[in-house]
This record gives sequence, structure tokens and C-alpha cells, in this order.
Amino acid sequence: MSAKMISLDGNEAAAHIAHLTNEVIAIYPITPASPMGEYADTWTAEGRKNLWGSVPQVIELQSEGGAAGTIHGALQSGALSTTFTASQGLLLMLPNMYKIAGELTPTVFHIAARSLACQGLSIFCDHSDVMSARATGFAMLASNSVQEVMDTALIAQAATLASRIPVLHFFDGFRTSHEVAKIEQVSDEVVRAMIDDELVSAHRRRAMNPERPVLRGTSQNPDVYFQARESVNPLYEAMPAIVQACMDRFAELTGRQYHLYDYFGAEDAERVIVLMGSGVDTSREVVEHLTAHGEKVGVLAVRLYRPLDPTALLAALPATTRSIAVLDRTKEPGADGEPLYKDLIAAVAQDAATGQGRFGQMPRIIGGRYGLSSKEFTPGMVKAVFDELGKDQPKHGFTIGINDDLTHSSLDWDAGFRPDCTQQTVNALFYGLGADGTVSANKNSIKIIGEATELHAQGYFVYDSKKSGAVTVSHLRFGPQPIRSAYLIGPDEAQFVACHQGSFIERYDMLDNACDGATFLLNSTAGPEQAWETLPRAMQQQIIDKKLKFYVIDAYQVAEQSGMGRRINTIMQTCFFAISGILPKEQAIAAIKDAAQKTYGAKGEKLVQMNFLAIDNSLANLHQVSVPERASSDFERPALVPSQAPAFVQEVTARIIAGQGDLLAVSQLPNDGTWPTATSQWEKRNISLEIPVWDEELCIHCGKCPLVCPHGVIRSKVFDPALTKDAPPTFKHVPVKGKEFPEGWHISYQVAPEDCTGCTLCVDICPVKDKKNPGRRAINMAAQPPLREAEKLNWDFFLSLPEYDRSRIRPTVIKEAMIAQPLFEFSGACTGCGETPYLKLASQLFGDRMMIANATGCSSIYGGNLPTTPWATDPNGRGPTWNNSLFEDNAEFGLGMRVAVDKQAELARELLEALRPELGDGLVNDLLDADQSDEAGIYEQRQRVTTLQEKLPGIDRPEAKQLSEITDMLTHKSVWIVGGDGWAYDIGFGGLDHVLASGRNVNILVLDTEVYSNTGGQTSKATPRGAVAKFSAGGKPTPKKDLAMIAMSYENVYVAQVAYGAKDIQTLKTFIEAESFDGPSIIIAYSPCIAWGNDMKYNHEMQNMAIRSGHWSLFRYDPRRRLQGENPLQLDSKAPSQGYRDFVQNETRFSMLWSKHPEDAEHFLHESQFEARARFHHYEQLAAIHFDKPEDDQDTPEEQ
Amino acid sequence: MDLRSHYLGLELKNPLVPSASPLSRDLDTARQLEDYGASAIVMYSLFEEALHSEHEHQMRLLSQQEHGHSEASNYLPLGSLEGSELDNYLEHIRRLKSSLEIPVIASLNGISLDGWVDNGKLLAEAGADALELNVYNVAADPMVSGAEMEAQYIALLRELHQVVDIPITVKLSPYFSSLGHFVKQLEAAGAKGVSLFNRFYQPDIDVDSLRVSPTLHLSRSDDVLLGMRWLGILHGRVDLSLAATGGIHTDEDAVKMILAGADITHVCSVLLRHGPRHLRRILNGISHWLDDSPYESLDQARGVLSHRQMDNPAAYERASYVELLSGYSPNRSSWR
Repeated sequence: MSAKMISLDGNEAAAHIAHLTNEVIAIYPITPASPMGEYADTWTAEGRKNLWGSVPQVIELQSEGGAAGTIHGALQSGALSTTFTASQGLLLMLPNMYKIAGELTPTVFHIAARSLACQGLSIFCDHSDVMSARATGFAMLASNSVQEVMDTALIAQAATLASRIPVLHFFDGFRTSHEVAKIEQVSDEVVRAMIDDELVSAHRRRAMNPERPVLRGTSQNPDVYFQARESVNPLYEAMPAIVQACMDRFAELTGRQYHLYDYFGAEDAERVIVLMGSGVDTSREVVEHLTAHGEKVGVLAVRLYRPLDPTALLAALPATTRSIAVLDRTKEPGADGEPLYKDLIAAVAQDAATGQGRFGQMPRIIGGRYGLSSKEFTPGMVKAVFDELGKDQPKHGFTIGINDDLTHSSLDWDAGFRPDCTQQTVNALFYGLGADGTVSANKNSIKIIGEATELHAQGYFVYDSKKSGAVTVSHLRFGPQPIRSAYLIGPDEAQFVACHQGSFIERYDMLDNACDGATFLLNSTAGPEQAWETLPRAMQQQIIDKKLKFYVIDAYQVAEQSGMGRRINTIMQTCFFAISGILPKEQAIAAIKDAAQKTYGAKGEKLVQMNFLAIDNSLANLHQVSVPERASSDFERPALVPSQAPAFVQEVTARIIAGQGDLLAVSQLPNDGTWPTATSQWEKRNISLEIPVWDEELCIHCGKCPLVCPHGVIRSKVFDPALTKDAPPTFKHVPVKGKEFPEGWHISYQVAPEDCTGCTLCVDICPVKDKKNPGRRAINMAAQPPLREAEKLNWDFFLSLPEYDRSRIRPTVIKEAMIAQPLFEFSGACTGCGETPYLKLASQLFGDRMMIANATGCSSIYGGNLPTTPWATDPNGRGPTWNNSLFEDNAEFGLGMRVAVDKQAELARELLEALRPELGDGLVNDLLDADQSDEAGIYEQRQRVTTLQEKLPGIDRPEAKQLSEITDMLTHKSVWIVGGDGWAYDIGFGGLDHVLASGRNVNILVLDTEVYSNTGGQTSKATPRGAVAKFSAGGKPTPKKDLAMIAMSYENVYVAQVAYGAKDIQTLKTFIEAESFDGPSIIIAYSPCIAWGNDMKYNHEMQNMAIRSGHWSLFRYDPRRRLQGENPLQLDSKAPSQGYRDFVQNETRFSMLWSKHPEDAEHFLHESQFEARARFHHYEQLAAIHFDKPEDDQDTPEEQ
Repeated sequence: MDLRSHYLGLELKNPLVPSASPLSRDLDTARQLEDYGASAIVMYSLFEEALHSEHEHQMRLLSQQEHGHSEASNYLPLGSLEGSELDNYLEHIRRLKSSLEIPVIASLNGISLDGWVDNGKLLAEAGADALELNVYNVAADPMVSGAEMEAQYIALLRELHQVVDIPITVKLSPYFSSLGHFVKQLEAAGAKGVSLFNRFYQPDIDVDSLRVSPTLHLSRSDDVLLGMRWLGILHGRVDLSLAATGGIHTDEDAVKMILAGADITHVCSVLLRHGPRHLRRILNGISHWLDDSPYESLDQARGVLSHRQMDNPAAYERASYVELLSGYSPNRSSWR
């Protein structure tokens, strides 16, 4: 059969086979496995059929635990079923996996292997997740490349049906799951030939069926459980041969021969590395290089890890082997070796014990760790391991890839070492902005080159930790042979370097990676004559020293001319093809045009023509810059972190910001995951071309702009004008309006010029219009570069002014509440984020006493993704203390905090009583009876605690020492449980429900974006009917869950729905009421999200339309009102006044369904409109019920 | 019972034609409308602005979709973007044509040459029996005179008339200073009919969010009177089909329009409120009225109370205003 070559990533390769060979697919999003579910869902929505001509059913669950349960049920009922997951998701599946394996049920789970959350979460690759599953009874098959993913997925499917043993098929997250490679597609005919329908029938015959009832899932006792457990042994013993038979059959069909354990290298090798995953390919490159240079080395790829076949494994190793390094991509703290190492030790030892062992002499075996959390594993590292094996006393328990200066486990390596085969590839690096389309253009280039030539291609994409202004670096390789370099393009390796954003030249050392004579392409507004002068001196020197060819294009101008707006990817792609020389220019341009036709043809001819025009204009505007002989620039790249930053920030954080985190030594990092807060202030990103400028003459000091600013870059402060005598000349301040402030005091609204992301929401919300200049408001956008230096000084001066006395602020008045310092600032959230204003507001109101449990999701990423955190501190050093446990357990995690605080407060109060004689009644009573319901009360209590702390050391009693450790607990602590709708509505709902029922004083903030935002916009139970989201490619057919109504059913929970962009004062009141309620409170906060497909500059209008259409209602349910004889429910929004159609047609997530399934869209619209009206009416009725004040309990005698 | 009506050269079995509304989006609903007696159907409007914004939107989505974060390189399943609003509209015309017996009138809402001429041609080619141009433009620019505004429409219509061979009708707003004159010009430029009147979304102010927002209030029966007056005035003075639209909720409303001179009466709000079945109720009402009336056919009744036929044409003009006001007795309690 002739093979078709295609370019795709590992996730698509796995999903392709899974969708083709299954009937039921249960999914749940988790990085980096989510795309497998997305592909499956999209294909099912498009009607793609499986091998048996039927469209598989794809169903999303509330958690991976749910997905595994569903798969278990589906398998037990006879359907071919599968799922995809990674990391914590796999851990949640473990209980079911034991069951599925225990019942000998054939299935394949496809796993994009990822680190587990320990001292910190990581979305990147290692094998700690799959290693946790090795006791489940699942067979485990490893794939080492994109080609192998597609091949092994099929081999696994065939083997599981034949053996009845379920298979965990895993490959490296990101490195393989997200690498785009040109591979041979496994044809449907091959799949057909590999899957034996008789085995499928056997699976069906074993299914539960009332026509032939059976009993499974029994409870077994000491008498039989053990024997039954051993009854499966023959099947596990047979499994390796079955897998090998499937591999052999596959080889007959495709020519690609795999073995359970594949050895590559010298037949007489003495030093061998054993490992699994993408590291195998890198090791092969090095082995080929070293053997070509006469060294006796080899590498053994373990494919079938469970059930392990020691005989086959040892047979694959050359008998000449003298020393073996087993590399595990996982860590088991406290173990004397990682799992694969121990398996190998056992195999060799058992073999040797027979007396007729494979090796004449027992080889020396060492184990080491590599690649945790996608740490690079480069040829230099492989060579270092071989070098170590050549030593007399090689180190066991080593690490490779890091500098372990603490326990000295690490091996040194030569970062510049590259095997000979890499000489054959053309390497290209592209620095782009996350949103500028660089990655998709590069994926497209790989397809073009893959299809137009015989060349092989590989693309790997490195992303930023930020969501706004994120940087992507694309690593592309092209070459005549299949590319096995599973590592990044390194120093002096790239023949082509493109910088798609001019501002990056200030931030990155991108030419370090350019080789001599390479081509450097820069998108710059400076023309070919001026571009040279815009480069930092060091960069100029590199261009001269490396004799680089330097090209510039003003891509934004070309985009504008071509009607493409600010979309530059086609333009930069055209330039790449024009000057990289990978394809003849004419052929390349024709191929790009052909690709544009294919990509945009279905979306309209106009788009196609626009792209054609852009391609032609690009060529006309691409210029080579003549490089002078000497560097002439008088500036260098500025320091990334200012010198006044704390030492830790200078030494650690700054290096992570600079992209040099890999160089940090073990001893420099906290060992328990504890990091300082208030660090985002040191990471100046300058990502916006425009910033807001305050018009102090027009401003009415309403406080709305600081309230809505998603990144906390607009601040207001009230101060004594006497303090401004040394203010910078352009610092603006005017007398504050309002009698509540000290007479003559001034106010300033100041913008942090280097932190603004340019969302324009402050301008949008400004209620003041300049009557003389229509269009102008009291805050207006202006170009950042000319303002930057002056505003930096103004910002620093603003920060140096003292904070206004919090106890004098009326928190229910917006302009006053907004004077309070935000303790949430400069997050990495998306531009225009709809979530962050709520967190910032909470931090302004309660930040100095907040304890935050944050569910995994967007808020945990922009809140806690290194290098910096937006959670900040006040001048007293107080501020929110924050932690992220997991995704699913956040409510319980926060409850634990509450219980702990309450318990310690109780103990403190008991100790106070015990120490009453020494402390005196006055202080003790004041401390015990303190009213801490407002700022003044909290301030006074803190003063009392200070007094107490001063007195305690003078008291010679053990209780005094005990109390001195927990005096802080005598001041109010505000516990916040924060998360998104994926957590609250789905995976964490059970815990949330329990916490609501607990009656404990916690504040739950649900940032409701109506999708799983962080993982890329998958459907949650908060997703409205008719919305298109991933996992609902055909529009979500069921309505949004009414979480508020569920919470209200407890009657003793404070419940509210808010939308700050529609009614800010209601949001403010809600936060204050919720926090003051001595019991559970839940605020469900409407949070427009980039995942909805709209431009976030319309964030506020989207909130308004949601309310006007009845999609979202504002209300507060306060149980305290019942005691006053009032209805606890207050409806704060009016009856829907606008058609639901207007709402849905204004939001892409709904409107896109009209372009594909108009009738479904219409149907969903009608149902949603009806439900929205009915829901509002229901709330209206509930809010209208008359409540009587409860009568005093007759049984309780009144006080006399 | 002869309810036959003639509109834009098409012979219709009765005068009830559902006007441009979401009801025609769904094939089943369109079939129901036919079953309940609709004699033709005007499709929902294809908005020129919608096509422009769709294009902008696609451009933006294609770029903004890519996000550059490791957990979410993009959002929204992009496959769903395939197909444009225009393509869908054209496809919908074809589907309606193949599943309905009654004529299908496409509705085009636009104000530019691109919007009218290019798209109008495509709608005709897709099989529409006639084309309704929806003139929906608030003359907010004080520098543009009424004459200029009118000239712009006339020019566009003339262009379109040259490239399409199906009849064109124009749905007008009441805000023309000399409506009769404008209608005559439309006739000269090639229009085969006019439809009176368009209803605008009215802006409203949200006092909480301090924003201006559009509101939609469905029409009421009272709204028919403005259109009725102008139908009455135009009937017999122009050689155009006349359609009444806006506020026709009952059989009585429809009959009034026909008596004033309408060839057909559009219905919309009442169907949105009560469903397609209501059409049958109105149709039955018209039949009963015709039974009880002195006329044998609707054609006989059509326009008998038009301006030209009236013994007292002042009823359609300013004089009636004076009479009405002098006869109006306010509720005194409301003045206290």
C-alpha cells in the first residue's frame, strides 16, 4: 500500500486512530491532552465515521474520574471505548483503571505524559503521571515520536482486543503531543487489516446484557480475592507475545517494524542507555554519531513497559554490554532508584541468577533522572551520560540537564555538542507575539514544504507563561531524512532567525542562536536605511561577527495596505519563503497562494484575494539592509528588572524573566514551593503601544476606571498636596471632589505606563464626555513611547505618596473604595480579562486579611505562574496569602483554611482566658469582644494584638509562649475560595456543595466565563445553550446550570450574581455583604472571556447585553434579611428589555453557529430566550414573596 | 371566495405575506407558514453591515484565535467558521424554493453600491422570485439634504434594476419629506412596488450602565394607521404594487389596509408572538369579512377607501388632525 505523507502533531495522530477504532469517547480537558478530545469532538460533529461506518459518540464529563467511569460503563456494555488524558487527570482515572483492568476489558487510553503537581504544578512533560498508573493492571506502551504515536495507537488497539488487557498508550506531552511532523499516514485499509472483527464480537459477547445476565463488581472476601487476583496471570504472560505479533503484522502492512524493546547502535556495544519517550530519538542521533566515530555505544527503547518482558528486553541488549544507564523521566523522592531502573536491575539480576545469563559479566547499571517538566534533553546530555558510563565509578542516581549544587547529583554536559546528522537540516527560528499568527503560519509552512517537496519537516513551539502579550518561539527544522531531534534549536544552529515584533529586540538575545552566515529577518517600522540604528549594540556586533544577512519589512504597514488589519502572519511567512532558500522562490510563492486558497476559500473569496495581495505586497516591501563594518549603536538591551528589586527577585526571578531559568541551580530554588508575593511589579513588559492618559480637568473622580482596569494599572490616591513639592513636572493632581476628604487634599489618577496592556476598557467606562471635543473623555488613549519615561517617573512618585487611611474610606462608595490600594496588580491575564477586576476589587476591600484557595485554571495561572505573581502587599507588608492545591478540591482546600484559622483563633481565645490574671481584664475583654466588622475595628484589634505581643514575653508561663505564636489569629481572616466555572460547576461541584452546606464562614468567588478558559475554551455546565465551544462544536444543546438557585436552596448561604461592567455598585455591595456574612457566601461573577471570540474591548457592553437580554440576572440573596422580616432575595437587574437574538448575534460563540447550522442555532435561540424570560420571571416571583419577621421563640423566656 | 391578490407581477392566492423576520430562517417554520395560508414569504433580511462585520470578524478571529499560551493555543472550534452569511443566505433561498410552492421574496438591507448591486444579483441568481430592498438608514448627518439622500437611493436602485431581471420592491421608512414624490421617482428608476413602512429599532438609555442600547418593541395594531394613510394616498396614483407592513395583527387590520389600497399585507410581530398558526386565524377572518361584505372579491374591495376614492379626502390629510384634537377629551384626573 502506498503511504500518504501528512503533517500533523502527536495529539492528532493519536486521536485519528482512536476516533477510527472506537464507538464511545469520553473526554475531559487537560493540558496537553485536550486537543485529542477536541479533534474527536470536531470530527464527530462533522460526521466523520469510524471503521464500521458509524459516527462515534463523544461525551464530555465533569472530571477525568467521570470520564473513566463512563468508559468503564461503556466497555462493560459492549462498546469500543476510549479516552485521553494526562497528569492529574490520569490520577483521577486510577480507581477505574484498576476496575477496567481487573475485569479484563479491552480499551486504549491515550496519554500525553505530563508532570504531577508537587511543589508546584507543571503542564509540561515527564512520566510521573504514567508511572503512577503502572500498578493498575493496564499494559503500558510508549511512543517516541509523532509517527510512532499513530502507529502505536493502532498496535495498542489491536493488542488490547486480542489480549483483553487494557493499554495505556503514552507519549511525551508537548514534545510529541504538540510537535508537528511530516509522517506516513496509517491508511484506513491498514487499520481495517489490523482490527479483527471477531475480537470485537468477542468483546460484545462479554458485555452486560439482560438477555444473558451476569454479575460483575462483586465484593470478595479473604477466602477468594487473592486467588481471583492471580487468575489473570496467563493473560498477562501472553500479552508481550500478542503485542509483538501485532507489531509484526503492522510491519507486514506498512514496512515499519517495531519490537517490544528496540535496540539501536553498535552490535558490540559496551555502554548502553535505556529509556522511553522522545528522548529515544535524541539518543539515537548521538548513538549514530558516536558509533560512526568508532565508539561502542547503543540505546534501548522500551516500548512495552507493562507487562514487562525481561527476557525480550535482555535479548535486545548486546551481550557485550558492560555498563547501562537507565534514564527515568520521573522522580520518586526517597526511593533508591526510579521505576525503569529498578525493573532493569531486577531483570538483569534475575537473569544473572540463572547462571546462564545474557551477559558474560554482570553489567554495571546506574539510574538517572532527566527531562522533568520538559527540561531539555539534548545530544550533549546524552553524550554526558555515555561519558559517565565510561568512568570506572559511574554515578548512580544522577541527574542530567540541571545544575544540582545541593546534593551534587548532576552530570556536566557540553551544551554545544551536536551529532553529525544535524548538519543536514535547515533550522529556522521565529519570535512572534502569541496573537500575531506566527505559530499557525509556521504550521502552514511545514505543510507547504511537506507537500511540495520530499523534505521532512518538524515544528515545535515554545510558549510564554503570560496570556497577554505572550511571546511564542517557533523552532522549525527541514531536512532530507526523518528528523529525530527532539530538542530545541540551540546556540549557533539557526540558519534563519525571524523577529516578528520589533519590540523583542529589547528583550531577547535571539541572534545567539544564529549560525555564521544566517539570515535575520526583522519586522520593523524603521525602513531599510534606519533599521540598523534601532538595534542594540550587542545585536549589531553579532550581525557583523556572524556575517548575517539582514532583512527588514514593515509588516504592519503591508498588512494595512492589503486590508489585513494588523494580521502579519502571511506577510512574514512570504518573506521567510522568499529569502530562506528552502524552496525556489517562484515555487514557494505559488505554494503559499495555493495554501491561502485552501485555508480561506471556504470563508469567502474576499479573504483569499486579500491574502494574495498581501503576498505580492510583501515581496515588494522586503528589503535587505546593508550591514556596516562597525557597530554604531549607543544603547544596549535594558536590564529586565530594576536594581531596587529585592535580592531574590534579582537573583532568581529576573533570570526566569530573561529566559535563563534553566541556568538556575538547585540551591537557588525554594524546596517547598514557597515564593514571595508582590513580584509582578518588577516585570515591566511594555506590551501596549497605547496607554490611557488622565484629563484632570474633565474628571469627576467617579472611580470607575480603576475599578474596571483588569491589570490594576490605573490607580487613584488622595493626599495632602504639600507632599507634591518634589513631584515630577508632569505629575497631575487636582483638588479632590467631595466633602468626605480632608479639606484641600488632592487626588491623582495615575497610570503604570509599562504595565498597561492597552485594553481601552478604562476609556470605555468613563462616564464623562468632553462637550467641546466629541469623542474625548476624562481618560483617553495616547501613544506610549513618547510618554513612557515621564510617566515612569510619575508612577514611581505616585507610589511613594502615602496610602490614604483605610479606616476613613466608606467602602460602599465606589470613588472611595477605589482609593484603597489594589493588592492584585499587573497579572499576566489576557488583555481585557473579565475575571481580574473582581479579584482586584476583593484585594482592595479585604486584601490585608485574605487567605486564598485558588482552583487550578486561568486565575491560578495569571495568579501563580512563575516567574511573578500579581498578588501584592501593602506598606505594612500585609497582603493576600495564596495557594493552589488542585482543580477538583479547591472548595475543600479553602474550607480547611477556615477550619484551621477558626481552631487556632479558638485556642488563642482559650489562652487569653488562661492568661487573664497576667494580661488584665481590660486587654483580654477588648481582644475577645472586639468588633472587627469594619476597617476601624480591625485596625484597633491589630493595635491590641501588638500590645499583647509586647506583653507576652514578660509572662513566664507556657501558655504565653503558645499564645505568642498564634496572636495573629485574633484578627479577622477573610478566607476566599476562588475558581472558574469548570471548577465550580463541574469538577469541584461536589466539594463546593459540601462547603456551602458546612455553614462555615468562607467566601466563594466563581469567575464564570462559561467555558474552561485556561485549557482553551471547552464546554462546561456553565456554558449556555447554543454556544459553540470546544467539545460542543455543534453548539451546546443543553442549558446553563443555575448554580445560584442550587446554592439558594440551602437558605443559609449568601448568594449573588454580579456583572461589574453592567452595574458596578451592585458588585461592590455584593462583595462587602458576602464578606461580612458569617457563613458561606458565593458570588457568581459574570466574566467575559477571550474564548467567546469577541474583541475584549467590548467586555462591558457584552455584560450589559447579557443582562438586557435576560441571559444573566443580577441579584443578592442574603439570609440575614429573613431575620428582619424581609425577603432575602433582592433582584438588582430589570426584566429583559432586549431580544435574546441581539445578545447571541453579538457574540461569536453563538453567532458562529448560524454560519454552519442555522436551523440548530435558531432552535437554540428560541429555547434560550424562553428559558431566560422564564428564569427571570421565576426570580422575580421569588423576590416578590412577602416575608414576615420571625416571631420570637415562645419557649425562650425573655430576659428580665 | 376570491382572495387572490397581485403583487410585483406575481399572482398570490391571498394577500397575507409574512414579512422579513426570523420566522423564515427555519425551513419547518416556513413550511408551516405556507400550510397555514401564507401566499408568499419574505425572507429574513440580509444585512450589508452584517456581511461587512462578518468579514471583519473573520479577519479578527483568524488572528485573535491564536493566543500563544501553552495551554490554549486557540479558542473555539474553527471548523465552525466555514461558510459565510451570504453563502448561507443563498443556500437558504435554494432550500426554500425547493420545498415551498409559494413565491419567495429575498430581502436585502443595505445602503451601498456593493451591498445592493453585487448581492442583489446573487440573490436573483439563487432563485428568489422578487427582491425587497430594505431602506433602513437614519439620516443622522445634518449636512446631507433630503434630496441627496433620495438621489442616493434612486441611483442605487437604477443600478440594481439594470442587473437583475426579477421585480424589485422597496420597503420605506416614513421619514421622507414628500413620500409620494419619492415613490414616483422609485417607480421611474425601475421599482415594481413599495412597502410601507419599515420600523426602526429605537435607541434607549440604560440608566444603570450609562449606555445607549437598542430596544425592540414588537408592533401593535395602533401602528398600522401611519402606513394605512400613505397607502390610501398612494393608491391609484402610482403604478406600483403596494404592500402594507407594520402593526397588522388582526384580520381587521388587514382588511383596513386593503380598503386603503394595499395589494398585500405583511404580518410579522403577531406571528412572532403567537406562532405561524395565527396566520390561519387572520386569513379566516378576512374570508368572513369578505363573505359579509358587499364585495365578491378582494380586488373589488381594494382601495375603495383610498384617498382618491374618498368623498372626503381631507380625512387622509391635515384637516382630520384638527377635527380629532378638538374632539379629544383628556382624562382630567391625570392633570391633577
